[in-house]
Amino acid sequence: MEQILLKHTRPGRCLSFDEYRSAGGFGALAKALGKMTPAEVQQNVIDSGLRGRGGAGFPTGKKWSFVPRDLPGPRYLICNCDEMEPGTYKDRVLLERNPHLLVEGMALACYALGVRHAFIFVRYGYEQAAENLRSSIAAAHSSGFLGDNILGSGFTLELGVHQSAGRYICGEETALINALEGKRANPRAKPPFPAVKGLWGQPTVVNNVETLANIPAIINEGPLWWKSTAATPEAAGTKLFCISGHVVNTDCFELPLGMTLGEIIDGPCGGMRPGSRFKACIPGGASTPYFTDAHRDVSMDFDPVAKAGSRLGTGGIVVFDQSTCMVAVTLNLIRFFARESCGWCTPCREGLPFVRHILERIESGRGEAQDIEILREHVQMLNYAFCALAPGAMGPVEGLLNHFGDELREHISAGSCPFKGDRLP
Amino acid sequence: MIPELLKTNLEKRVADAVTNREAAVDTMKELQRHYGWLTDEALEEAAQLLGLSPLQVEELATFYEMIYRRPVAPRIVHVCDSISCWASGGETLLKSLTQLLEIEPGSTTADGAITLLPCSCLGNCGEAPCMMIGEKQYGRMTPEAGAEIVAAVRDASPGS
Repeated sequence: MEQILLKHTRPGRCLSFDEYRSAGGFGALAKALGKMTPAEVQQNVIDSGLRGRGGAGFPTGKKWSFVPRDLPGPRYLICNCDEMEPGTYKDRVLLERNPHLLVEGMALACYALGVRHAFIFVRYGYEQAAENLRSSIAAAHSSGFLGDNILGSGFTLELGVHQSAGRYICGEETALINALEGKRANPRAKPPFPAVKGLWGQPTVVNNVETLANIPAIINEGPLWWKSTAATPEAAGTKLFCISGHVVNTDCFELPLGMTLGEIIDGPCGGMRPGSRFKACIPGGASTPYFTDAHRDVSMDFDPVAKAGSRLGTGGIVVFDQSTCMVAVTLNLIRFFARESCGWCTPCREGLPFVRHILERIESGRGEAQDIEILREHVQMLNYAFCALAPGAMGPVEGLLNHFGDELREHISAGSCPFKGDRLP
Repeated sequence: MIPELLKTNLEKRVADAVTNREAAVDTMKELQRHYGWLTDEALEEAAQLLGLSPLQVEELATFYEMIYRRPVAPRIVHVCDSISCWASGGETLLKSLTQLLEIEPGSTTADGAITLLPCSCLGNCGEAPCMMIGEKQYGRMTPEAGAEIVAAVRDASPGS
């Protein structure tokens, strides 16, 4: 299996800047600055088929192409490392092992976009990742890969690290822009999209860590080679899957995009833990509808997962065994989303606590037959929220209704939960 | 009042920012590091440094999970209550720590040494269940291991 992102990692420590250089690091930047125009770099990214690794899966090159190049004033690139989606830890693993890949990827993206000042927005709790980035940025400066007139090309770039103080909504790109400006991180109305009017009112691209870290390989090895590292002809590139829950190996793996769910669980995950049988999983972070045993053959790629009724999301797979109550799982997730709602719009601020209340009632054995219909109505209604948080929060509720209706009804008819909620590791 | 050196450093941070309020989170964090929590006095000082009204700073301070507008102990034990930890014994871990410290989640021990706070996903899900003390993360926590670490931290705490 081809490794692009985790190729040069060292066990138990961060790859040094010199080791990265020796392995060909910053060769892609030298190649781009020496032989390619910004438009060619962007075209390479378009040709590679790279789609955003932060959750939405929007084609990266296309996103870049929306940025007007003729407006006066600066343009910005923001790297989104506000990795707060429960079950997701891939960006932390990448930055703890090889932060240089992101620094080079950002330099390439900034060259393509004509950006001279870019930011990396890092969540709280990722101290090591932030520290690694600051060291890598300083080393890149000393070696002439950042700062004024990079490699004599006339291209100039500064990278800054912003460390947040913790709030899930900061990962939403317009809320992130507000947070970076020092404003309360409520999402902004779209349009105007950030590509036209973003940070300080200027054209801005927001890309995920893993997305940007793939750019050096696309430039170095070519877009077609990069695309071909996937498991199916339709998919493009590799993906970091971060695994947690009741499997043997709960780790972060770089796998070809498009492997089936069953192949991932039986292969790198080492199967279920002794005594555990697969019941369900969250396929791509806390806001994605559940997959069950019936989904083992689904190709873990953006379109096939969407076709099967869920989302590839962040690639954070949380696996549950037969002893897990899916009502309790959903309640845990909804408690998170209700707490993290920024409170800006009514459907999210009022709707999520109400859904939480209904689920608490059902889980504690006080549910009523009509509650199922109320949950179903809210899956529809919360689509009217201002941003994607509330519709995302209802993903697990939708999964519960679609795949575990019997379990829900059993809670209500028996007047109690047929499972125990907590379990030891 | 904050020491002159901290004030100078923060003034420099604000002067280097693209706009004053871009430095708001860093300023609040530094003042919190000094006072232990973001006191009313700190809020006023932040407002002055940033050229904002105290209300504008309050609006930010109350938004972030890691900015405290109420007194907390010198050591805060954050226990993740999100899905991966929940599926691997997170509730048992939190419950065992509430019993050990004889406090409810969200409160501070009688000797003022430790505050226990449940928190959102720490991004360490492969090592669930997890907790964080200060800036250090601890994974694969059993109630016994958690008790041992908390006891060690408590012994080293300036509040004990």
